[in-house]
Amino acid sequence: MHDAHVIASSTLWLIPALPLLGFLLAITFGQARALVRVVAPSVVGLAFGVALMAVLRLVGAESGSRLVNHVYTWIAAGPFQADVTFRLDALSAVMVLIVTGIGFLIHVYSVGYMAHDADLPRFFAYLNLFMCAMLILVLADNLLLLFVGWEGVGLCSYLLIGFWYESDANAAAGKKAFIVNRVGDLGMLLGIMLLAWSGFEAGGGEVMSLDFAHIDAHAATLGAATATTIALLLLVGAAGKSAQLPLFVWLPDAMAGPTPVSALIHAATMVTAGIYMIARLHLVFEASPFALDVVAVLGVVTALFAATIALVQTDIKKVLAYSTVSQLGFMVLALGVGAFATAIFHVMTHAFFKALLFMAAGSVIHGMSDEQDVRQMGGLRTRMPVTYMTFLIGTLAIAGAPGLAGFFSKDEILWHTWAGGHPVLWLLAVLAATLTAFYMFRLLFLTFFGELRATPEIAEHVHESPKLMTIPLVVLAALSVFGGWVGLPEGWLWGPAFGRFLEPVVGHPHLDHHGMLGEGALMLIATGMAAAGAGLAWVFYVQRPELPAQISERFRALHALLVGKYWIDELYDALIVRPYVRFSGMLWRVIDQGIIDGAVQGTAAFVVVNGQLWRVVQTGNVQHYALIFLGGAATVLLYYLVR
Amino acid sequence: MNVLLSMVVWTPMLGALLILLVPRDNPDGARRAALAFSCLTFLLSLTLWLGFRLDTAEFQYVEAYAWIPDFGIQYLLGLDGVSLFLVLLTTFLTPLVVLFSFGDITERVKEYFFFVLMLETGMLGAFMALDLFLFYVFWELMLVPMYFIIGVWGGARRIYASLKFVLYTLTASLLMLVAILYLVGIQAESAAMTFDVRKLYDIGLTSTEQMWLFAAFALAFAVKVPMFPLHTWLPDAHVEAPTGGSVILAGVLLKLGTYGFLRFAMPLFPVAVAAATPLFMGLAIVGILYGAAVAMVQPDLKKLVAYSSVSHLGFVVLGMFALNVTGIEGAIYQMVNHGLSTGALFLLVGMIYGRRHTRLIADFGGLWKTIPRFSAVFLVVTFSSIGLPGLNGFVGEFLILLGTFGRSPWAAAFACGGIVLGAVYMLWMYQRVVFGPVTHEENAALTDLTRREIMVLAPVVTMIVVMGVYPTPFLRAMEPSVEALVARIEAAQARALPKDTASQQPLARSARPFVQGGCAPAEPEGGSSSAGALAGSLDDTPSSHQPPADCATEVRS
Repeated sequence: MHDAHVIASSTLWLIPALPLLGFLLAITFGQARALVRVVAPSVVGLAFGVALMAVLRLVGAESGSRLVNHVYTWIAAGPFQADVTFRLDALSAVMVLIVTGIGFLIHVYSVGYMAHDADLPRFFAYLNLFMCAMLILVLADNLLLLFVGWEGVGLCSYLLIGFWYESDANAAAGKKAFIVNRVGDLGMLLGIMLLAWSGFEAGGGEVMSLDFAHIDAHAATLGAATATTIALLLLVGAAGKSAQLPLFVWLPDAMAGPTPVSALIHAATMVTAGIYMIARLHLVFEASPFALDVVAVLGVVTALFAATIALVQTDIKKVLAYSTVSQLGFMVLALGVGAFATAIFHVMTHAFFKALLFMAAGSVIHGMSDEQDVRQMGGLRTRMPVTYMTFLIGTLAIAGAPGLAGFFSKDEILWHTWAGGHPVLWLLAVLAATLTAFYMFRLLFLTFFGELRATPEIAEHVHESPKLMTIPLVVLAALSVFGGWVGLPEGWLWGPAFGRFLEPVVGHPHLDHHGMLGEGALMLIATGMAAAGAGLAWVFYVQRPELPAQISERFRALHALLVGKYWIDELYDALIVRPYVRFSGMLWRVIDQGIIDGAVQGTAAFVVVNGQLWRVVQTGNVQHYALIFLGGAATVLLYYLVR
Repeated sequence: MNVLLSMVVWTPMLGALLILLVPRDNPDGARRAALAFSCLTFLLSLTLWLGFRLDTAEFQYVEAYAWIPDFGIQYLLGLDGVSLFLVLLTTFLTPLVVLFSFGDITERVKEYFFFVLMLETGMLGAFMALDLFLFYVFWELMLVPMYFIIGVWGGARRIYASLKFVLYTLTASLLMLVAILYLVGIQAESAAMTFDVRKLYDIGLTSTEQMWLFAAFALAFAVKVPMFPLHTWLPDAHVEAPTGGSVILAGVLLKLGTYGFLRFAMPLFPVAVAAATPLFMGLAIVGILYGAAVAMVQPDLKKLVAYSSVSHLGFVVLGMFALNVTGIEGAIYQMVNHGLSTGALFLLVGMIYGRRHTRLIADFGGLWKTIPRFSAVFLVVTFSSIGLPGLNGFVGEFLILLGTFGRSPWAAAFACGGIVLGAVYMLWMYQRVVFGPVTHEENAALTDLTRREIMVLAPVVTMIVVMGVYPTPFLRAMEPSVEALVARIEAAQARALPKDTASQQPLARSARPFVQGGCAPAEPEGGSSSAGALAGSLDDTPSSHQPPADCATEVRS
């Protein structure tokens, strides 16, 4: 590599290796709980430290630089080569800090949350392994190594969703997550292979490489249809990992895992891998305007769709899960309108406030003796003040209250959607944002306001969580308030510093269509709508709590549709799962045992019967043989005569 | 002359003969002798790798002695990058099988180990023989011990299963014997009679002859693989075989089928291969999907693993017929992977069978609660089989798919379906066996892995990780031989299919969608055209038409 922007590094490998060490220690010394409780968060903290030092080095270097750490050649077969090489550029830097930073907080929180679990070492082993895989994913210098992390986080997700394996439902949820993601991976793998072969041919058939530098160099030479095919195939992979339509079905079920897992994996980090991957390969996507449009539409439809489901859920974690699907939709929308830096900005702010919301919800669940149904909650404001305050901040942040983290990133998405010339998508997104404010405040009010509706046994035990859990909440609350200030709108103070930092990697969107409204006006509209949503929730769930029941009675069919989550799971079950099981059974019994093995048995039986038939002539009687001989001779003679 | 190969081949046989001298009332003596000789063989074979030269595609450690000079039959052994790791796989798995069988086999102990070691000699000889007659001898020699291992130490329907196995394989291989004799007959018309495969590679055969001879060879090998629809002997044989037999059968014997294609059928009859590629790719894909679907509904763990082998070996066949370096290296890699992961699966199934005397999935559940170590190893092996990146299975599968994609993107797309279905049947099985509550009282008091069982499994798990994390040394050792193989096949195809397919007419391409004669023979990587063809057919921009249009005229050496 003769790129002037490449700075050699020899420490990047430590970032994923440290949590890997934690994993190995946890599985080797699993009996020493005290050791694991200290080591598991420490290795992640150390990884954060190493990452921070690397990022500082990057920031100090010329803009557009990247640190590269070549470790060894992983696969080399024929013209194909993939190395274990890590890279840290602006995009990876943001991701690696999010992952290790929030990961560290969640590890600390987990020490408190899982304190009473007999299987604590196994939990931290999985969690550390997850950190390793996720860090490989965001630091990989080629698409195949990214895929290693991609599948690795899927494995850990599988293991952690089914962590409490004695319940069949949990194990089934883990399996579902892995298999649905595999469907996405099918597309991703095909996209990777098409990318490899296209680059191979564009490069004159010399080298087949999936290095990002190589892909970027050849992205412009891709024909429109090839680029579209690649982009759409990769989008299938992203839709699996980032829970977009139609592959989102695994994420709500994934809430079966312990709550810190939901916060870390299923909200803050792993599910954003699809967003990261598309941003990383943005040149390929930009080579196909059609694919980008598909991305944008998919994102906004998912955002709206999931938000409607979240309106009526009664499980505190399920509401947050659908909210995550919806927020991921916003990020995908940002990608689709070409605002890649904005998508990553929302990845970051969402990581702050959604991790906060999940962990606060975990605190609630912890205090409510593992009750998750909001219909049993209420009035927790006074009994769990820290949890309440932090949850409130998280709610304000996600709803887009002015000045908080979510406000800036969401505004930027809406602005780019509008200015990119997609007024319809903008409208749908604003609608989704309004619903977001409504269902989040609904959740807040149901949980923390009114009277406690729990059984006396639970009510008696309600308590605020220990410091190990509340301190990470407070830190994340602070980030949810101030974290968005790194990306202010153009012209405000330091402006979009975050976007400028990422610009050398992901470029700057072309805002060719400014329309009739400026950013300020759009911001007012969106904020007003969100406030209306929140206000409506106040009316419904605080002022007149009898109203929701009346309304759902009135629109019974619609309500049933939403409560039933549009019956997507049932649809997949009826159209894919059960037919496949039936078909497989038929293949085995009819085709395999009946026809194929039947033919084998039939051949054997034929040989036996044939042998028995011919045995009749083997009488051992010389006269018989003479007769047959004579008959044969006569036949031959006859043949030659007649011919 | 070097005698290393002979030492590796015959050391197990020597051990087998010595075991016969061990008194019947001393089964431990037989066990220890078997372990000692199989370990010795493994150590000897390791020196093969240490001394293996990476800069040549020639056969190494070659030993040639006249055996039956009148017919040009030689005792001719050699090793190259194709066979090296299959030999190592064999010598690696056999001691583990022996060690596992310490507890598993309690009757007729010395006979059992006699047959296991004899089998090892047969397999090693078959992987190393370069004389077709010698190969055939070793090939048939393997049948005898396997017949007895299934038939004597097997389950309830062992006689049926062993007979089916032997008759099926024997019938198919007799046709191969006829083909071998015919082939040598042709060679003898112009030169001294020889069974040396290296000399037979270059005799000119008409395409009709190639077709028939290829069919005879391919039938013998396809039964062994086994390819769909010739696979039904496999589930029966596995279910009835003792665990050690299953491990060897799945781990090594099946690879002799795929190895046979690479060593004999494909380089001997390259023109026939060109014509047969669509058929074999099609059958491979059917095998991948069909095996995965049927595996899912199996109630018996061993049958599930048996059908999963049909699916996995489908990948191997697909990679071979991609006919490019990437695909074939992936196929060889996947042969070793399958030997490790499926071998480990059979060992694990054998271990719980030894405790519970059942293999029905429905009889288990909640094992993590009672035997977590077993379950953890089972987890690693399950994900190796699924092809999780970072473990061995992924490297092989990815290279196979990548190579196949270059030949036919659609074939790769269908085969990719197999990686989804593979996850489905493995994870569903794993969930029912290991997760959930303990539903059967018998499972509540199981003992976790014993020290000996850990000693059996640890090497396999280690290799599963090593080959996933650091495949380069393996791939590098294969590369020269695989490159030479691909070049040989392509050159022969180019000679036999001269200008007719090299024309740039799109019609010619669509008429021979898989052969890709247009450019495959001319390029070292082969078949790089199809991805381009896809890209080209998708793209209407003139610039992107460049690669596919060019590929017929470009001749890169």
